[in-house]
Amino acid sequence: MDKAVIETIRLNLYYGDFLALEEVNIRIHRHRITAIIGPSGCGKSTLLRCFNRMNDLVESTKVEGQILIEGEDILSDKMDLISLRKKVGMVFQRPNVFNLSIYDNLRFGLRIHRMMSEKKKIDEAVQNALEHVGLWDELKDRLKKNARTLSLEQQQRLCIARVIILKPDIVLLDEPCSTLDPVSTLKIEELLRILKRDYTIVIVTHNMQQAARVSDETAFMHLGKLIEFAGTAEIFSNPKEKLTENYISGRFG
Amino acid sequence: MSAAQKRQTAAFFILGFATMLVVIPIILTMAYVVFKGIGAVNWSFLTEAPRNGMKEGGIFPAIVGTIILIIGTMIFSLPLGVLAAIYLVEYAKDNFFTRLIKLSVVNLSGVPSIVYGLFGFGLFVLFLRLGTSILAGSLTLAIMSLPVIITATKEALESVPASFREISLSLGATKWQTIRNCVLPYSIPGILTGTVLSLSRAAGETAPILFTVAAFYLPRLPHSVFDQAMALSYHLYAIATQVPNIPPKISFATAFVLIALVFLMNLGSIILRARFRKKKLW
Repeated sequence: MDKAVIETIRLNLYYGDFLALEEVNIRIHRHRITAIIGPSGCGKSTLLRCFNRMNDLVESTKVEGQILIEGEDILSDKMDLISLRKKVGMVFQRPNVFNLSIYDNLRFGLRIHRMMSEKKKIDEAVQNALEHVGLWDELKDRLKKNARTLSLEQQQRLCIARVIILKPDIVLLDEPCSTLDPVSTLKIEELLRILKRDYTIVIVTHNMQQAARVSDETAFMHLGKLIEFAGTAEIFSNPKEKLTENYISGRFG
Repeated sequence: MSAAQKRQTAAFFILGFATMLVVIPIILTMAYVVFKGIGAVNWSFLTEAPRNGMKEGGIFPAIVGTIILIIGTMIFSLPLGVLAAIYLVEYAKDNFFTRLIKLSVVNLSGVPSIVYGLFGFGLFVLFLRLGTSILAGSLTLAIMSLPVIITATKEALESVPASFREISLSLGATKWQTIRNCVLPYSIPGILTGTVLSLSRAAGETAPILFTVAAFYLPRLPHSVFDQAMALSYHLYAIATQVPNIPPKISFATAFVLIALVFLMNLGSIILRARFRKKKLW
């Protein structure tokens, strides 16, 4: 059980000259929800984006150290980004569905990875993914409708479905509820608890209650450093570091 | 009235005056051409070849020539321009060399058209031995149109939000799949606008076709892309300055047809763009 799915070893990340992550060592475990919290600009999203190498898109980024996913160094030049991103899916802050039908949104990933060609298999996968995120019953009769006509919560669920239809191992979520109302937020959290049976989940959030409610382990970051990383209950009831305590008690951030 | 209000009134007056100064001459020119020319435009003028040393008859071969040249220009410049812009925006690293290329592209659109004409004459007509032909003329006009198409496409691609690319890449799409599915469809309105603008300019230009394709008097349709052709702009230049005793209404009617053609192209692009814009969602 102690085997980490994601492990970083002395991870440094620079944007140009700016040191955005400093000496980050973290071990994220299988089938758990790990929350990363911290004040704005602390590097939590940056760390999350390291795990599927989305930081590569920023031209002046430089990364040092190691990131192992299931033992494989994903920073190596030989790493195939396409299969990495298939294995490590990502859900963004805004529900960014494609301007396509619900069905085509889900089919997009299958198509680019040439995963299935038979219509029956694709239909099955679509149904599976939608059932998984609790959308099938509401949407089964209108799969051809444009995904942008859905409510924000439904769109965010669809984004999660679009990731899990590719059968990833890890799902990264970058403040997935920040544009949702409280009720929708709770529903998404409920969904995450169900999903953790099949996936390893890492969620970045600026909402401490959310971290407390949904996660098994919590990492607190500040100014690019990982300050404390422990079981969620422990972090919130008995933090070891002064900074952590100040943050969770609302004294800054 | 307070001093600030007075200044405001004065500013509005100056701004309005500047706008009028731009708009009024254009409207007057168009109105003058339409007014003087429309009387001579009729079915036979549009569908017959010129006769009697261009003093009589119609301008059909020139209309066809101009349309062929527009199509030929588009065939060469649109794919090349869009591909080059995709490379510059999506693939090229941001370094000195890339910036130099981008700057050159912008500057090329300011090069006088006669320079393109002479360049096309030297390269296509003489060196590549295409002769004075539709092919040479289209290529010359295409080179002239490229900077505008590249710049417009570049701006259209850059205006697609980064998040569109992010989602696609995060799902494991390759760069090309991302461009093809998540960037290009949303840049079509911008590309279209730039293309039509530069093609309408190409339709009206005389200098680039002067030595590369234009025939002074060729009262028949071209046989192949290696044939010469008449073109509206050059025909207008010829009858207005080179042939004595042409009834002025023929010149004006020719000008009217040229303006109408360009206007129709722009109208078409506005309609197409409005359709595509409904898809634009940011």
